[in-house]
This record gives sequence, structure tokens and C-alpha cells, in this order.
Amino acid sequence: MIEFSGVTKRFRRHQVLKGIDLVIERGQRVALVGSNGAGKTTLIRCLLGEYRHGGQICVDGLAPRSHREQVLSRVGFVPQLPPPLRMPVGQLIRFAAGLCGGEPERMHQVAEQLGFDAHRFRRQPFVRLSGGQKQKLLIAVALGRDADLLVMDEPAANLDPDARHALFHLLAERQERAAMLISSHRLDEVAPLVNRVVEMDQGRVVLDDEVVDTVEMTSRLVVGVEMGQREDAFIAALRQWGFLETDDPRRWTGVIAGPDRLRFLGMVSRYAALLTRLDMREASDTENVDVA
Amino acid sequence: MMHLWLTAATDVIESLRARWFMVYSLVFGGIVVILFAFGLSESRIMGFTGLSRLLVTYIQLSMAILPIFVLITTVRSVAGDREAGIFEYMLSLPVSLSAWYWGRFLGRFFVVFLPVFLAMVGAVAWGMVEGLEIPWNLFVYYSGLLMALAWCFLGIGMLISTLARSSDVAQGAAFLVWLVLLLFLDLILLGVLIQERLPPETAVAIALANPLQVFRTATMMLFDPQLVLLGPTAYVILDRFSLEGYIAWAVLYPIVFGTVAAGIGYLVFRRSDLP
Repeated sequence: MIEFSGVTKRFRRHQVLKGIDLVIERGQRVALVGSNGAGKTTLIRCLLGEYRHGGQICVDGLAPRSHREQVLSRVGFVPQLPPPLRMPVGQLIRFAAGLCGGEPERMHQVAEQLGFDAHRFRRQPFVRLSGGQKQKLLIAVALGRDADLLVMDEPAANLDPDARHALFHLLAERQERAAMLISSHRLDEVAPLVNRVVEMDQGRVVLDDEVVDTVEMTSRLVVGVEMGQREDAFIAALRQWGFLETDDPRRWTGVIAGPDRLRFLGMVSRYAALLTRLDMREASDTENVDVA
Repeated sequence: MMHLWLTAATDVIESLRARWFMVYSLVFGGIVVILFAFGLSESRIMGFTGLSRLLVTYIQLSMAILPIFVLITTVRSVAGDREAGIFEYMLSLPVSLSAWYWGRFLGRFFVVFLPVFLAMVGAVAWGMVEGLEIPWNLFVYYSGLLMALAWCFLGIGMLISTLARSSDVAQGAAFLVWLVLLLFLDLILLGVLIQERLPPETAVAIALANPLQVFRTATMMLFDPQLVLLGPTAYVILDRFSLEGYIAWAVLYPIVFGTVAAGIGYLVFRRSDLP
């Protein structure tokens, strides 16, 4: 579906991409990881046809630069930093839907699924939304149309657990028919979303590996946490994950999205010394539990 | 074509919410209010009184303010949008580069011309309320000249925005361009002519090529048809063009100039890195 052949990019004397060869097939969910300055953003901008470059990039045989509209009508892009747009939410949706030939209502529905009521905020300037709201809206614009190539830069970074779970659902719906390129400088942020990892360093691909993909994107885990003594920081972290206190003030329970397990365990590991018990079990399809 | 109008409409909505637009509108609206407040419509100069007198002063002030305002706000917002990541996101949507560029140009033109024009409309409306005689020919002629001037400097601003990679550089370049055009206004030009013994044709050619000078001369023509204020240059202009010919030149030349500048900007834009 996407083919990078010997892609190079130079900014004056600084060569940022040094011959990238990469093939991404439909159904692949690729984590593009690497430290700052590795060349991830530059590679994405080349893929979006925004940078001139050496070598070739083809999306189903079409070069993004010379066939902008055909290629980009299939691309859903979520940038790392939301652009400081002053236009109201409603206008942004109408503009994006108008360009993509899509339905604004579909974007509204995706935003709703992510927990953002775009109708309510339709007159609010985009720039005045909170970080999480901006992220949800940009994801809604990217996913609220028939895009079969999703390019996302840390898409879940600003999302609350509920919205993350909704995002995993939305991505799961498309995982067979779309290719996804998810960029991050931290693998643990995107690991649950992907089945392939490409690591970049100094403008080169230094690792290209498959990921054992057994976790269902739509799965949920029922979790119980018990601590030896109450610790405010730990409790605050659990509350952020939507956990609730039980009758026993040292015991907390909650539900997390299955793909978030690594991220959750990462949080819990910071309070390992306080932990006296940790239960995790996958919720069955019929079980009536939801991510808080 | 739909993408072009969508982009233009979006740019208008973006600009209407920007702080620069508020300042810009206040300046031009404020000029008219101040001119009325100081009783300019009741004074007389070279036979002009009432609303004609006010419009003559307004157009002279506009010549001083409009070009630099259009240049600075255009380069600041366009180059600033690129720096802030707006280009990165908006150009990831399936819009053609021509629709994006020319859509922004048209949207921006609407935004920069609207306050200037509305200020004149406001002046006319106030004049009607006050029972003054409305100089419709002057109103139409000055509207055309202001439109041409705004178009011209918008084109130059778009060119600078695409050439400069940062808003600081773009602002510096815009200011420099304005200074150069200002330097070649007729008084300085005559000084250079006298000092360097330049052929008068060269001086006149420079004056005719400078959109600021073209605008200035054209605005003079209505209250000084013989262009006495210009000195000997006036003979060349009137002999070569005639009054009507020069008026046509004053409206068409800046439009062509701005379109060519914006066109070069577009060619540069589509061949370079976008964000």
C-alpha cells in the first residue's frame, strides 16, 4: 500500500532522512518510534506530500506530492501538536468535510464516541478548547471519513481513559482495511495499538520488527488494586484512571481498556512498594462493565 | 472551485477573529470618525468641501497606512501560520495547492479591503444623515483605487510570505519593500533626478512603476487635474496617458502588479516545502 524507496531529505547542510526503504501493507499498524530528531515527523511530512524529497514515496502507486488530492482524500492525519486555529469547531468540521467530500455529521458522531460534544462547542474557537478536546476533535476529523491510511502522531497522549478506549474501538473497526502509521517517541504509548514497530535513529530505520498481537483492541480488564497504606499520589493516579474506592479504603477497583494494560502497569509500577495485591482479569463480552 | 471558496471562506473566518483585524478595522474606522469629529467636512481646501473634502483626506491617509498594514498583517499571519503548524495540518487535507493559495489570497483580500471600504461607506452614510451632498463619482473612483492598492500590496505580501521561511524575516522584508517604494515617491525622485542628471524618462518610468506613486498621482488628479503639484513630471504623464488613460492605468496596473507578484509566490510555494 505504501512504499518508501530510498527516501532522503536534506535541510540545507543537515541530512534528516538518509535513504528510507519501507513497505507498509494494508492491515498493518506500524509504530514509528525514535528519539527527537530521528526523522519521524519529516518522514510523515514527506508521506503527506508536504516536503520535497529524494527517492520515491508511493501510496498505491501514486506519489503524494504530485497526486495530492487523490492520496490525501484517503489519509486521516492527527498531528502531535494541535494547530492554533481560531475558527470555530463547527467551521473546522464543515471545512474538513467539504474538502474530503464527507458528512459533517459523521465527524460529529465520532467526536461524540470520544466523549466530545462538537455540536455544543460548535461556536467555540478551536484554539480555546482544552488539549484533550482538541485531540478528540482532530481524531474525529481524521476518522469521520473513509480514510484507509491513518497517520497519527501520539494520538492517545492527551486522552482520558474513556476516550482512549473509544479510540481503540474506532481503530479496531478499521484495522483490517486500513494501514496505520502511529508516531511516538515512546514505544509504551503506542505499543498496544500496533502490530509492527519501526524505530528510526539519525534519519535511518534501525529496527523493523513484528509485534505479537494477541490483545484485542476492544477488550477490557477488570482490575483490583490493594495498597498497604493510603498514599495520596497513588490514589490521585488511580482516580485519573477512573478507579473507585471500595468499602475497604485501601482497595480500589476499576476497568481499563485491554490495550492500555502496559501503560497501566507502568503507572502502578511507580507505586510498587505500596502494592499488596493486584488483580486483573479480562471482562467477558456479556459482562456489563465499562471503562470509567 | 468549491475548494477555493471553502478555503477563502475559512480564511475570512480565521481573520475576522484575529487581533490584527480588530486593530486594522479600528484604525480605518477611527480615521473617518476623527475626520468627522474634527469638522473636516466643514472645512475647505482647493475648492473641496463637505464629504469630498473628507474623502480626499481619507484617501491620502489610506495611502500612508494601507500598504504597510496590508504587508505586515499578511506576512505576519501567513508566515506565522506556517510556523505555528497550521499549514502542516490544513495541507494534510485533500485540497489542491492552487485552491489553498488562491483561496487564501481571495479571503485575505476581502478581509483587508472590507474595513477600508466600510469606513468610506460609513462616511457616506453619515454624510447623508447630515444632509451633505454625496460625491458618488469620487466614492466609486476612490473605492476602485483603494481596491487596486490593497490587491497590489496583498500580492507583494503573499510573495514575501512564500519566500521568507520565518515571520521575523518576512516582516523585515515587507518593511524594506515598503521603505523602498516610499523612497521613490516623487519628491525624492526629483531630488535624485536633479543630483544625478537622470533622463526624465527614467524618472517618469520609475514613478509609473511604483504602485504607491501611481496611487498618489491618481488621487491628486481629481482635485488637481493639471497635476501642478507634481511639477514637470505632470507633462509627461498627461501627454502620454491623458487624464482618463492615467486613471485606467492607476486602477489596472496595481492589480496586474499584485497578481504577478502573487503568481510568482504561488510558483515558489508549489515548488518548495509547504510547512
